[in-house]
Amino acid sequence: MGKEVHSESALDRVEKEHAEWLEEYRKAVKKVPERTNRFSTVSDLEIKPLYTPLDIQNKDFFEEVGFPGKYPYTRGVQSTMYRARHWTMRMFAGLGNADDTNQRFHYLINHGETGLSTAFDFPTLMGYDTSSPLARGECGKCGVAIDTVEDMGRLFANINLEEVTTSMTINPPASIMWAMYIANAERQGFSRKKLGGTIQNDCLKEFIAQKTLMLPPGPSLRLVTDTVEFGTREVPRWNTISISGYHIREAGATAVQELAFTIYDGITYVEEAIKRGLKVDDFACRLSFFWNSHIDFFEEIAKMRASRRLWARLMKERFGAKDPRSMLMRFHTQTAGCSLTAQEPYNNVIRTTMEGLAAVLGGTQSLHTNSLDEVYMIPSEQAALIALRTQQVIAEETGVTNVIDPLGGSYFVEALTDKMEEEALAYIRKLDELGGMVAAIERDYPQMEIADAAFHFQKQIESGEKTVIGVNKYLSDRPDLEFVLKIDDEIERNQIERTERFKENRDKAAFQKAMDELRRRCEGPPCWDNNVMPALIDAVRAGATEQECCDLYRDVFGTYTDPGSF
Amino acid sequence: MANARKLRILVAKPGLDGHDRGARVVARAFRDAGFEVIYTGCHQTPEQIVSTAIQEDVDLIGLSILSGAHRYSFPRIMELLKENNAQDISVIGGGIFPLEDIPTLKAAGIKELFEPGAKLSDIIDWVGTNIIPRREAE
Repeated sequence: MGKEVHSESALDRVEKEHAEWLEEYRKAVKKVPERTNRFSTVSDLEIKPLYTPLDIQNKDFFEEVGFPGKYPYTRGVQSTMYRARHWTMRMFAGLGNADDTNQRFHYLINHGETGLSTAFDFPTLMGYDTSSPLARGECGKCGVAIDTVEDMGRLFANINLEEVTTSMTINPPASIMWAMYIANAERQGFSRKKLGGTIQNDCLKEFIAQKTLMLPPGPSLRLVTDTVEFGTREVPRWNTISISGYHIREAGATAVQELAFTIYDGITYVEEAIKRGLKVDDFACRLSFFWNSHIDFFEEIAKMRASRRLWARLMKERFGAKDPRSMLMRFHTQTAGCSLTAQEPYNNVIRTTMEGLAAVLGGTQSLHTNSLDEVYMIPSEQAALIALRTQQVIAEETGVTNVIDPLGGSYFVEALTDKMEEEALAYIRKLDELGGMVAAIERDYPQMEIADAAFHFQKQIESGEKTVIGVNKYLSDRPDLEFVLKIDDEIERNQIERTERFKENRDKAAFQKAMDELRRRCEGPPCWDNNVMPALIDAVRAGATEQECCDLYRDVFGTYTDPGSF
Repeated sequence: MANARKLRILVAKPGLDGHDRGARVVARAFRDAGFEVIYTGCHQTPEQIVSTAIQEDVDLIGLSILSGAHRYSFPRIMELLKENNAQDISVIGGGIFPLEDIPTLKAAGIKELFEPGAKLSDIIDWVGTNIIPRREAE
């Protein structure tokens, strides 16, 4: 830190002794050379041998670091952090049909997880019922198949939806899945005012990275804004967007790109909601974020610390937020799937442990730890339990949760935090110049930045510049895993039949009336009277399937397909 | 080989998953290795992939999938190639597969499967050694 915490004479002494040390270091490496020509993070950010107060002398402790729960929140969003309550242990789960996944939810809750997170299968994610010809072979393979509100009921059977918070990873059809969740919860007697959870609902990163594509950017943003508006008025405890860096990183982005593109997506959602007529302090507190925790330990911690400071400043300075809650970057973290290896898969437990620890030292609000078998298939029960236990060991055995932001004040971590913020701000300026994120996406800008980084990293692996144990160093014959989940191909037929029966039994007139109202709202100009959410809740109650609602969207708004650039 | 045209490769993403990092990295590496590359983008049906492969007159299809639906889409692509008398187009795959599925996929006619961690140089070498252009340059 600068002169507010170090006297000028102390900094002079550091400078002098640092120069002396550097001299000795240079002499020493002439005798025993450094291990490599260039030390860098997994994102290829160059790292010096030593950091001292000199690296952060121009930074003001009170302005840049400060205290947990105080602006700019570098040290955490709450004053107490994990001394009051651990992060929410939220394991991403979804397999087979609704009953299979409900069973997995109960298994995880019984073993101590504290929040739910739903993984849908690809037809559900893309807005198709299991019966669609495009869905062949996909049912239940990569998550749970949900076609109807009845499936949603079985998915959350015997779970108190006012007590547990539920995250749903769903994007283009987010409004529909949320409508099904609300309709089901109300049928069970729960109040929408008391429902807590998150829909991912981050359409921009789909174009950038995850490629769950359905509608063009404009209508996608309209639907996101409808959910923000509806949540603000009707479901006040719900996080209406989980602005996600995770998938951007998995697609090959650097830590800085993940940070910058995600924050810029956040800026775009705030702008859209303001355009709708909402006041920033009425909705911003329900925006949440989602980071990847990759294998480079300090880089991740620095990224998470920088993200809080960056968002707080943007909300205050760019959008004039007054309520401190509008400035809080609250985030979920998942360890990096792309860091896991199919070779010697048991080593994945070690990687996940390090990444989970980084997320905790970075101050995450909730955490999913990957299972060691995810390089073959979605998690088996045994592997998911090891992953959950990893979090519990970090929380309850290691002692790292006794102190808030233990790395705050580390010369290295503070300097790296500053570096992350500076480089992300450079990208943010670039995106402003390009005319915003939608314009940038249309020019393929973030997509190609990520593709370049992914290719560069792969080259570094092949040249041996970056090491992945078991892949390009210390190779061995891998042991077979004891457990790999199997999804029965038969569940597809059963699911199709169940949905057919459901459709036969619905009140055709009520269904048609609800769909007509949904169409009227979609075709109208975006405003509260045309907000899709109330109509969607009525439609799914009247028996509309996910695909029927999405087909209506596709019909009214048009579709978007992957341009396939590389 | 003097008259041989460049190898033409279709990199294709069957199924509904959007995990395209591998496909795009491999497509670039093929291009840098001197092959002619066409990339379909995500979310292609087996019918679309086979139709593109025939229209583009490719020598090889490289399939990338991480959704778990390979047990349906890979054999279906082989079946469609046969129906269209295009069995001479070779097919390889990459992505995430339970180990026990690999013999089944090979039995269906997939020539080689590359798992996570496969090196680009190994994939390119494999293609260079095992795939020859279906016809000479015109």
